[in-house]
Amino acid sequence: MIKVENLRFSYFDKEEVLKGINLEIYEGEFIAIMGENGAGKTTLIKHFNGLLKPSSGRVLVDGIDTRKTSVASLAKLVGLVFQNPDHQLFCETVWDEVAFSLKNFNYSEDVIKARVKKILEILDLTKYSNSSPFTLSGGERKRVALASVLVWDPKYIVLDEPTIGQDYRQKERLRNFILQLVTQGKSVIMVTHDVEFVAECHPRVILLSKGRIVADGPAEEILSNEEFVNECSLELPQISKLMKALKDLGVNQKIIDVYSAKSYLVKMLKR
Amino acid sequence: MSLRVFDGFKFKKLNTPIHKMDPRAKFMFIIVIFALSLLFTNLIGLTILFLIQLPLILLAKCGKKWLKTMKGTAFFAILIFIMNFITGSSFAFSLAMTIRFLTLVSSFSLFFMTTSPDDLGLALEQMKIPYPLVFTFTTAVRLVPTIAIDAQTVIDAQKSRGLELEKGNLIKRVKNFIPILIPLIVSAIRRSMELAEALESRGFNASKKRESYITLKFSKLDYITLILTILLLIFGIYIKLYVSLPQIDLPIKFPTISFYKTFLKS
Repeated sequence: MIKVENLRFSYFDKEEVLKGINLEIYEGEFIAIMGENGAGKTTLIKHFNGLLKPSSGRVLVDGIDTRKTSVASLAKLVGLVFQNPDHQLFCETVWDEVAFSLKNFNYSEDVIKARVKKILEILDLTKYSNSSPFTLSGGERKRVALASVLVWDPKYIVLDEPTIGQDYRQKERLRNFILQLVTQGKSVIMVTHDVEFVAECHPRVILLSKGRIVADGPAEEILSNEEFVNECSLELPQISKLMKALKDLGVNQKIIDVYSAKSYLVKMLKR
Repeated sequence: MSLRVFDGFKFKKLNTPIHKMDPRAKFMFIIVIFALSLLFTNLIGLTILFLIQLPLILLAKCGKKWLKTMKGTAFFAILIFIMNFITGSSFAFSLAMTIRFLTLVSSFSLFFMTTSPDDLGLALEQMKIPYPLVFTFTTAVRLVPTIAIDAQTVIDAQKSRGLELEKGNLIKRVKNFIPILIPLIVSAIRRSMELAEALESRGFNASKKRESYITLKFSKLDYITLILTILLLIFGIYIKLYVSLPQIDLPIKFPTISFYKTFLKS
């Protein structure tokens, strides 16, 4: 469990970015952290693996205080994938890139080989294993970055804007893959602005605004609430807008994804 | 590893006489300090050069940031001192070399803290330097803080992948910088390509003759500074040539190899 207790944080002596965050993240949970630009989302997730240390309050990862351990030892538990893959790719081949972290964590050659092979297959990158990461497209580089973290199988997986630059098919793959991780008991925490993607995934949604949590609950509660969504300069998902427009017919306002909307409406029309 | 060292080179707009000065006058002053500090090897001379800047830094209200830069360079300063000292230089000479280094750093820090990149570009342009060159220079200056932020992100990203920067022997530590430097260089190159494309598409340098809304003009203060600077230069050269400054030294010296030899023999 990741436990955030009254976390406050400011960069140097400037204004506070996080103004008292309280949060509990359990094993096997799927969480989307959303909020306007500059709300403190990225700052918050950098606390999970100890890259940033609280100015006051504390963050506990499985009971370990992040202030008292190194990033490297926490990273083994909490895998953080950065938004821009160009900030981390440096190897000559995709294979080496993905194997880099395993070497840092001193895994044996055999384990490295097996794990890299498997993760490249899952993320549809096997055909690039000998190419240079720099020759790949933006979306592919992003997947290499993702693979390079998922490969050591961290218990908590934190993704910063994973859907940017991915086409529809890749997003679907990503969604299925995340859901698969969650069923395996991993906690997945993603920071995103992509309301539609979140609506299809049904995670727990935490809305952040100006360094504070303004709402925390199931996606269908939060993303169907116009007040919350507007406060964080987000937009209602399209299905939610449709349901709002059909309010006079007495439809369920808590539906946010295409699949449940379809079955609900079909059922209603049959009546 | 902290990148706050750069804070002492970042421009911040403040309303002080130093900020208002013409960049050309300031630059002359810095160059003279630079030249004189290379001219002197005497401890007293260099200390005076170092101290001359202090009132100016206080006048520019940059004391805090300047201190930060000095703290950041402390490591190199100590390194210079030790390297000089153990290779057989006298205590005074080693200290003088350290102060020379600090003088150079702090003069540039003063200049960049108080001169906006735009003014600097304008000054260069009025010195009839071709605009593309001026633009390249100001962009380079402007990009330093951006790249510093990038560097921090790269460090964070690699640490998140289990890279331990502070571990291992010297060779391992140097090797650790490869995962930091490559992404940094690649993204800088990528950025410069994008910048070039953006410039081209906005018709950069299409008109050959540029006119500036603001033209720099020497004020009374600038003339005074310039005259004082020239006097300082002449005075400095005069002292160097005709006056021998007193030498102060502590009678301590790092034992040389021959000392050990005689010590072992006895």
